[in-house]
Amino acid sequence: MAEKKTNRRDFLFTATYAVGAVGAGAVVWPMIDQMNPDASVKALASTEVDVSSVGPGKTITVLWRGKPVFIRRRTDEEIEEARSVKLEDLKHPEKDEDRAQNPEWLVMLGVCTHLGCVPLDQKGDYNGWFCPCHGSHYDTSGRIRKGPAPTNMEIPKYEFVNANTIKIG
Amino acid sequence: MSDHEYNPKSKFGKWFNDRLPLLTLANHLTDYPTPKNLNYWWTFGGILTFCLITQIVTGLVLAMHYIAHADMAFDSVEHIMRDVNYGWLIRYIHANGASMFFLAVYIHIFRSLFYGSYKAPREIIWIIGIIIYLLMMAAAFMGYVLPWGQMSFWGATVITNLFSAIPLVGEGIVTWLWGGYSVDNPTLTRFFTLHYLIPFLILGLVVLHIWALHVPGNNNPVGIDIKKPSKDTVPFHPYIVIKDGFALLMFMIVFAFFVFYTPNILGHADNYIEADPLVTPAHIVPEWYLLPFYAILRSVPDKLLGVIAMLSAIFILAALPWLDTSKIRSAVFRPLYRQFYWILVADVLILGYVGAMPAEGLYLLIARVATAYYFLHFLVILPVLGFKEKTLPLPISITEPILGGSPNLAAAKNREGLKE
Repeated sequence: MAEKKTNRRDFLFTATYAVGAVGAGAVVWPMIDQMNPDASVKALASTEVDVSSVGPGKTITVLWRGKPVFIRRRTDEEIEEARSVKLEDLKHPEKDEDRAQNPEWLVMLGVCTHLGCVPLDQKGDYNGWFCPCHGSHYDTSGRIRKGPAPTNMEIPKYEFVNANTIKIG
Repeated sequence: MSDHEYNPKSKFGKWFNDRLPLLTLANHLTDYPTPKNLNYWWTFGGILTFCLITQIVTGLVLAMHYIAHADMAFDSVEHIMRDVNYGWLIRYIHANGASMFFLAVYIHIFRSLFYGSYKAPREIIWIIGIIIYLLMMAAAFMGYVLPWGQMSFWGATVITNLFSAIPLVGEGIVTWLWGGYSVDNPTLTRFFTLHYLIPFLILGLVVLHIWALHVPGNNNPVGIDIKKPSKDTVPFHPYIVIKDGFALLMFMIVFAFFVFYTPNILGHADNYIEADPLVTPAHIVPEWYLLPFYAILRSVPDKLLGVIAMLSAIFILAALPWLDTSKIRSAVFRPLYRQFYWILVADVLILGYVGAMPAEGLYLLIARVATAYYFLHFLVILPVLGFKEKTLPLPISITEPILGGSPNLAAAKNREGLKE
């Protein structure tokens, strides 16, 4: 063949491949998406917790969406410690004021942001949490201070329904 | 495959073979010319085949009694241990079989590293082997999740979270893997499905692995190319079959020792506690065969880089045929490589040891040095060594140094003139 010229047959090939690719994608997607969280998992979206029995310096752990949530009633020293830290010293700079709406209550996902273990309360170099799996240290605001975790422990969406009840989710 | 034509003796055999040449294949496998100097390190291919079959058969039987549900999995495993006839035996064979499988595969891999079996023309055999090794790790990991004990649950959490290190899409991928917002029942059922599937993928790859092996034929301890068939080869049957069989018996003694005398020594006591999403065990460690990679993961203080380092440590092996620039295969003729080889063996053992220890203080320092050395070996030492090393002279054939009557190859080489 001398010079390759685009002809009707080339158009048909391209069009066939394109339609075939769309069709294959339409078949593959349900196979992939079936692995995403299903309706029953998504339905367990929020949970209400009574915190009236939690004294200062105590933490309770509740299960929300299969994950532990720490609810800690912080002492004045802990709040003071969390608020006096300079933002430059933080690996993931976040003000304590932004993490705890009500300074006395810290509500956060008890999941280490490294690889998902549950950190231990009142441990580590910063009087906050310490993850035993790979040695991440968190401060009294749940912010990462030392170790492999990239970010602070996550604050879930929550609100005080009344003085004694927190709704998570 | 086989160069010579095979003619079945019986009339039926010929009729059948003309339609489906299975007898030709069987003949190829029995007559397959094998270097006559293969040592016992070459018996692990057969041992690994045995391990795979053992895992498939025991796994199939366990699946008849196991229930893949977060509420019932733990109890169903105890049911297997206490109620099912010989359930304890079958489960202990399956659980320890995984460890035996890895023990054999590590010996098999390090045999290749010593004798340069990954070099041309055997690169494809090597790469298929690495893929099999990766699938083995995936199968072992998912299998460990199925009893739904504490180590199952938290091991699954930690390993799946490795994917969250991927920028932007990481969290989405992890949720997709879990089928929820944490490791839970959807995760367990899909892991069971995949754990069932992977051994059959491995079986298919093993066929390709052996097929690719039968094209150039076996490497050998001297590492030189040999004519096939020739005075340097023996037929696979009965010579290699008997030798492999004997090695397999020895291996089964070790296997049986673990199954009958210390069936739980390679596991973790924490896995006899049912999974609890609220409490992480104080000390999470993977199974022993994954420890070196776990040490590499933990030695890097950054999440994404740690994951990259760990995966690179495995994938770097696939590039080995091109990283090793030396044309000489066997370490027997590479005095410097031989020393670096043993340093690498020690390095991997050290990584395994610190991987089991807490990641702090001196252990962390050792892990970092050992991780750095691991990459140094493959990325710097091997490429440079191929150019710098003064290798020993190779014999002309396998038979030559033996008939020369002297292990000193230089002496054998002097006789070269006499030989003609």
